[in-house]
Amino acid sequence: MMKLDGHISQRFNQDLEDIRSRLLEMGGLVEQQLVKAMSAFESGDSELGLAVAKDDVEVNRLEVETEDLCTKILVKRQPAASDLRMVLAVSRIVRDLERMGDEAAKIADLGVRLAEEGSSPIGYVECRNIAIRVREMINASLDAFARYDAEKARETMRVDEKVDDEYASALRSLVTYMMEDPRSIKRVMNVMWTLRSLERIGDHATNVCEQIIYLVEGEDMRHSFK
Amino acid sequence: MSDNYVTVGAPTSADPKITADGVSVFYGDKQAIFDVSLDIGKNEVIAFIGPSGCGKSTFLRTINRMNDTIDTCRVSGKMLLEGQDIYGAKVDPVELRARVGMVFQKPNPFPKSIYENVAYGPKIHGLARNRIELDEMVESSLQKAGLWNEVKDRLHTPGIGLSGGQQQRLCIARTIAVNPEVILMDEPCSALDPIATARIEELIAELSSNYTIVVVTHSMQQAARISNRTAYFHLGKLIEVDDTNTVFTSPGHKLTEDYITGRFG
Repeated sequence: MMKLDGHISQRFNQDLEDIRSRLLEMGGLVEQQLVKAMSAFESGDSELGLAVAKDDVEVNRLEVETEDLCTKILVKRQPAASDLRMVLAVSRIVRDLERMGDEAAKIADLGVRLAEEGSSPIGYVECRNIAIRVREMINASLDAFARYDAEKARETMRVDEKVDDEYASALRSLVTYMMEDPRSIKRVMNVMWTLRSLERIGDHATNVCEQIIYLVEGEDMRHSFK
Repeated sequence: MSDNYVTVGAPTSADPKITADGVSVFYGDKQAIFDVSLDIGKNEVIAFIGPSGCGKSTFLRTINRMNDTIDTCRVSGKMLLEGQDIYGAKVDPVELRARVGMVFQKPNPFPKSIYENVAYGPKIHGLARNRIELDEMVESSLQKAGLWNEVKDRLHTPGIGLSGGQQQRLCIARTIAVNPEVILMDEPCSALDPIATARIEELIAELSSNYTIVVVTHSMQQAARISNRTAYFHLGKLIEVDDTNTVFTSPGHKLTEDYITGRFG
């Protein structure tokens, strides 16, 4: 059922293709941001940290541009049905992508801070594991968007439950550690913020998946997923 | 598409004012409407949309037997108004059209004064016992049509001296002067500018608390703005009918989707 082309107006086809490809470009960039941010987090490489911040400027630019294109389509075409859902979904998804980018930038920052303040005695493995999962979520949700695959979006949403579980269990062990060794609190907290950012990225990826289901099936999944 | 088809969506209503049951319309040998079944709920605004020649106007006109005026036209199936068959032998089309009024594409006031345009219906149907009652009816109809303030000082000037939008509201006033239950509108805004159109749309919203309104429109945005339910016709068939929001965000039939997204043809 989903297709972008076939309008009497060729330019309308082009307009929709534009927002779609911009979203995918932006998503790819955010995924790379996360990869770089995790390297910066583990290595404390401040060059990498700067690179993530630079990518974030680009991600922000793409968000504003894409939103602007969506607004123009609404004004010029008054889209309906699947076209309307495409415009709404893209405009919501780019917002989540932008926030994922913000979280990645935070992670890179924390990595630099850890390098300056001394590394944490605990938590790197947990961060790495969750990062692998949320990166996979970003990747899978972009794939589901590109193929209009609601089933894949549903599958991806289920990964977030695992992320949440792992996040909760990692927090518990970090808290226990800090209680036993209060001198480590400052450093361990940087890892906690990182975990928190990763968990948030998973939530944003879940939002993206909800929008894909809305786009493909017309069902609003927000606040109802079980 | 075969002649057998099922209308997608929600063609029934819990509280129907009008019920079409297997209605087909023929012009001579040519079939214009195929087996349409549809409830129109009390005090709802329903919009009929579809490409030119899809039968939406023809179907609209079966609701007050306007097709009777065409010799070769034949209607089969049942069309009920409050459960009563409007094609029944005892039904007087003139009385029916007082209950089911109609507003046309181009404003068509009589070549008479504004006052006479509105007073005409109540007069021929004997609704007013005296001049005072008639004056009241004219005023209240013009009030309801949102025209009173603009014309109260020139009631006895010709109706055709008004602007297009005012003329259309005059026609609406003329229609509601005879206390109809249903108002049929056949592209009521297609000859009007955007401001006049907005006034008519606003008026439709106000009137919908007292009347059942059926609007044929070529403007999908208009259908989306003014109606509770939207019906999509295609080649004489009622393809889909559902609440307007559903039709315009996630229609159930591909033909509807193609039409409202501009992929038709």
